[in-house]
Parts: sequence; C-alpha cells; structure tokens
Amino acid sequence: MAELQLRSVEKSYGNGFKAVHGIDLHVKEGEFMVLVGPSGCAKSTTLRMIAGLETITGGEVLIGDRVVNDLVPGKRGIAMVFQNYALYPHMQVRRNLSFGLRLKRQPKEQIESATQDVSGVLEIEELLDRLPKQLSGGQAQRVALGRALIKQPEVFLFDEPLSNLDAKLRASMRVRITDLHKRLRDEARPATVVYVTHDQVEAMTMGDRICVMKDGHIMQVADPTTLYDRPANAFVAGFIGMPEMNLVPAALAGGKGGQSLTLDGQSISVGKDLEARLESSGGRVTMGIRPQHLEIVAADADDALTGKIVNLEFMGHEVNLHADVGGETFVCVVPSDQFDKNLQRGDRVGLRPRTSKMHVFDIHTGANISLA
Amino acid sequence: MSDLIQPLSESTEPPTALQIKLQRRSRWNAVLRYTLLTVVGFVMIYPLLWLVGASFKSNAEMFSSAWFWPKDATVQGYIDGWKTSTPYTFATFFFNSMQIVIPKVIGTAISCTLVAYGFARFEFPGKKILFAILIATLLLPDVVTRIPQYLLFRELGWLDTYLPLIAPAWLAGDAFFVFMMIQFLRAIPREMEEAARVDGANTAQTLIFIVVPILMPALVSVCLFQFMWTMNDFLGPLIYISTVEKYPVSLALKLSIDATEAFNWNSILAMTVLALTPSLVVFFIAQKSFIEGISTGGVKG
Ligand SMILES: Nc1ncnc2c1ncn2[C@@H]1O[C@H](COP(=O)(O)OP(=O)(O)O)[C@@H](O)[C@H]1O
Ligand SMILES: [Mg+2]
Repeated sequence: MAELQLRSVEKSYGNGFKAVHGIDLHVKEGEFMVLVGPSGCAKSTTLRMIAGLETITGGEVLIGDRVVNDLVPGKRGIAMVFQNYALYPHMQVRRNLSFGLRLKRQPKEQIESATQDVSGVLEIEELLDRLPKQLSGGQAQRVALGRALIKQPEVFLFDEPLSNLDAKLRASMRVRITDLHKRLRDEARPATVVYVTHDQVEAMTMGDRICVMKDGHIMQVADPTTLYDRPANAFVAGFIGMPEMNLVPAALAGGKGGQSLTLDGQSISVGKDLEARLESSGGRVTMGIRPQHLEIVAADADDALTGKIVNLEFMGHEVNLHADVGGETFVCVVPSDQFDKNLQRGDRVGLRPRTSKMHVFDIHTGANISLA
Repeated sequence: MSDLIQPLSESTEPPTALQIKLQRRSRWNAVLRYTLLTVVGFVMIYPLLWLVGASFKSNAEMFSSAWFWPKDATVQGYIDGWKTSTPYTFATFFFNSMQIVIPKVIGTAISCTLVAYGFARFEFPGKKILFAILIATLLLPDVVTRIPQYLLFRELGWLDTYLPLIAPAWLAGDAFFVFMMIQFLRAIPREMEEAARVDGANTAQTLIFIVVPILMPALVSVCLFQFMWTMNDFLGPLIYISTVEKYPVSLALKLSIDATEAFNWNSILAMTVLALTPSLVVFFIAQKSFIEGISTGGVKG
C-alpha cells in the first residue's frame, strides 16, 4: 500500500486540446479520495493518466516513491474498475477474476485460494461459473470489483463504477465499497483509493477527502464537512449541496450599523459573525446562502429580502420554495411541519438569511472572501 | 401472426365488428405473404434442386424434362466423373484445392486480424494515408492488377506453384476482409482491452487472450468467405497453374468439359455437386458462431 502524488500533471490530447492544466494532488496511504466535478472536467483523463492508459504530457505521477510516468499499467501496482464493468465476455467469472494472476503465472493453488477469498468477501461464489452476459448489473459490478481486489494493488482506481446501476443498487454498492475500504484498513492493509464520480452524494458519503474539479483545474481538496461549510470558491459552493446554494450578485457597503449587503434596493445587515470573517469592506460581490439557511418570514420584516413566490415544490418531508427577488430566484427549503400552508404562488414573502452561514465571493474570481 | 392481434381481443367484452374485420384482414395478409414467399423461395432454390436431381439422371434423360426428380436414378455419373478423363481421380483435385484453401484461410485470419487491430487501436505516423490506400485497393478492380502481379510472380519463379495464390493472403492482401474486421473492432468498446492492460497483459497477450476471442464471430465469417471464394476461384488457378496434376477442383471441372467430344453431362453435374459439398459443410459447421450474438455480455447496462 502506498501514497499517490500528482505533481503539476498536465494532459494535452493529440488534437491539441488541453484537458488537464497542471494539477497537484496528494492522496495519503489508505485514503479514500473522490474526484468529483461536472461531466467533461477531466476526471477520467486524470484517472487514466494515473492508470497509465493515457500518456502524461507534463508533470509527474508518483505511486509510493516511484515515478510511474513511463511504466505500463500492469507494472504500476494499480487496479481499476470501469463504469461499463469491462468484464471479458468470453471468460467465466472465475477466469475473469484470475486473469491477472494467471498472466503472472502464479501457482494454481494460490490462484484458487485467492479466488475463493475474494468471491467470499463479495458474495459471488454462486456466480463463479457464469459468463458475464448471465449477470445482472449489480453482480457484474461486484465481479469487476473482485477482479480489482484479487490483485491486492497499491492503489485502487474507480471510474464512475456505479453510474450504470439503478438508484437502490447504487446505494447498497456505495455502502459495500466503503465497508470494504474500512475493512481493509482494519486488517492493517489499507487501500489507497481514487474514486471518480459526477454524483455529489457519492462524493460526500464515500470520500475521506474530496477533490472538486472544473475544466481541468482543481477547485478545492478537502474533507466533506469543510467542503460544505467552507467552500473555497463559488464553484464549489454551487456544486456541493442540494438544492444548490443561492449565488446572487449584491453590493457590499459599510454603514452606521456595520456592513450591509444590498440587492434590488433592499439591504440586509451582514451581522457580526460574517463581518468578522469578511476580507473586503465594499464593492460588488456574489453573496451565497444555502436554501436550508433561509428562513421564511413576513414580507417587509427586518433584515429580510422581500420576494414573490414563483414556484412551490412539495417533497413530502420538506418544501422547496422559489422566490423572485428583483429578477434573481432564491430557493428556500422549509421543513413541511414549519411551512405555512396558506402561502401560494404569487404571494409576497420575506426571506431572512442566517448570516452566520452566509458566504461572500469575489464577483470576478469567485474566491470566497468570507473565510477568515 | 395471430400473436400480434391477440391483445386486441383479450378484453372480456366480445370483439367488436371492427376488431373481427381487422383480424380477418391480417390473417389474409399472412396467408398471402407466406404463399408469395414460398413460391419465390422455391423458384430460387429450384436450380440447385435440379442440379442435385440431375446428377442422378442418365445422360439420355438429362434434357428430356425440366423436372428435377430422376425417373430411374443412377450413380453412374458419380463413378465416371470421379475417374475423370485424366490419369488422376477427383481425389487428387480435392487434395490440391485443400492445399490452396487451408493455408490461404489461415493466412487470411492471422494477417487480417493483425492489420485490423493495428488500424483500429493504434496511432502511428502515416496511419491516415495507409488507411486511404487500403480503402483504395478495395475499390480497385481485380483485373487491373492481374498483369503486373503475373509479371511479379514470374520474376519470383513462382509460376505453376500455389504460392501466387496463397502469398497475398498471408500479407493481408484481401482489403475487404481487413476493412470488415476494422469495422467490427471499432464497434467493440476498448475498456476490455484496457482492463487487460491494467491486469498486466502486453499488446500481444491482449490481442490473443482478449481481442481474438471477442472477434471470433467476425473471424469465422472471414474464414468462411475466404474458404468459399477460394474453393470457387477459377481465374486465379487458371492463370498460374499449368500442370494438370496440380489442378484444383474448379479447374478440373472445366477439364472434363474440354476433354471429351460428347459431354457426359451427368458426370459433370455429379462432380459439381461434390465440389459444392465442402463449402456447404463448412458453412453449416460454422453457422452457429457465424450467426451467434457478437460482443454482448462484457459491456452492457
Ligand atoms: N481522446 C481524446 N481526444 C481529445 N479530447 C478528449 C479525448 N478524451 C477526452 N477528451 C476531452 O477531454 C475533456 C475531459 O474528458 P474526460 O476526462 O472524459 O471528462 P470527465 O471524465 O470528467 O467527464 C473533455 O472535454 C473531452 O472532450
Ligand atoms: Mg468520465
């Protein structure tokens, strides 16, 4: 088991397209690192460079203390699980699992016992003599997982392994993978994992740390709580969290009673906590407030923005209220039991942000200027 | 056919007049369609039936009736035909054919797989140009290259040997097959090969253990076509083979027409039937993998 380091890694494709712009990432030994980002942000490209399936056009990748840039995938000590499972269609599950070991010409008994161990852990003993086409999606993915596990690699690489499964199966596989990771850690053979997904739920629930990417750049690397509470920039703030954080341009200005934010001619005071955190005293900014941190109050209440309800979504346990404030739509999540049933589309309401949970971003760079 | 209409009438209420009318109409359609198909099918297969039937007729009966069933069947045609008018029996000619067909099929399978794999999976300088040339040879009529090819093989001293017939196949000379394999390979996701590389396989191992088994249905088709085309090839042997002893079946059939003054049609037809058999047998043996589903299983949702 080993740590994984990316040092200013770059990727330019043959057609001249630069997909990865010099990223640095340090995955500690035994750490579960999730790469997350919108489609096309080069998560797969990054993972495939680690695997050796794409050439690295700049920088270095280290596994343990070896630079692996010029090693073929088979020599890097990695195992990979693909989105499409990529099982060998003409081999039974048993032979799929043991293919790598057989190539290494390991003794028969050793291969047999390794196959038994792995199929026990993943509960695929009954499937050993089936062909891939006789497996369901969930079973196929378990076999794919087994094919990685059996090699006891230094680093596990996953490329959206659950996106082909239905929601229920995805949830159970998620638990299975994290359990497996914990178990290996308990057995004192911790597995270093890089897990690619575009699904923030997977990212938040599985990752020890999460690396948020956008257009071939790393936006932030942090543990899930930090990512949620202290996003480094407006992109991360908007990407992590459901529904998305409300990000709205506003004017920040000082005044008698402390600093305040103004939009659509309405001002709210930023409050002591936020004021203490702010690294700027005035100017155009982007204010960010999560839907869960907006309280519905009477229209024209103090320190609240007045808006008009444009949409109401009843989710059962909570209600998503969409309100228009001077052309900007705010989403606000209210628990069902606290929701005033008389409110209707078109009504005027007040939205009072919990300013202690509010963020302020530089309007140009998007950097969070309320972290201090 | 009636399955299709079943759901309409499955409701508990009695079928309406419209439903009955629709049912009756589609039943008539089915009858009409199948009758037409049967008739056309019979017309298509009749010459073949006639060939087999006529090979058991006596020479006198041959042209007396267009009906295929022999009045008094005889195997004399087979006996005479097998002996031929030459010092050799047809066994020699079949053996000669196999000496061409088998190396050619093997060579085609190996060389086409290698070339197609290269084109479909690797980037190398000049790939675009080379691929364009490959496609161009596909469009080139055979006759254009006959004479230069003949001169080339004459220089090599290969005339009256099987080499001019076999060698091109070992060098992926059949652009059509290469093209077919490339198209097939392009439809196969690369992930399985990538998984194999991660599992530690080198390029050759990936090709042999992963790509070739997945390619098998295409490979079988290629071998099948090559087998049949080579078996039936007349012009190639005609140009390069001059000794009767070395004649393959296709030339030998023509031989029996040339040599005798009065054609023994029944023995010619008998030998034609025999000449067809290898192709038919091979086709039916290979049919299963020829038609079998292709790259399912490894990659599916
Ligand atoms: N072989 C390739 N040639 C050129 N561009 C590519 C190639 N593969 C991917 N790209 C581009 O690189 C970017 C990142 O792709 P990818 O890593 O697959 O994104 P993700 O996995 O995050 O969705 C995309 O814009 C994609 O179009
Ligand atoms: Mg991807």
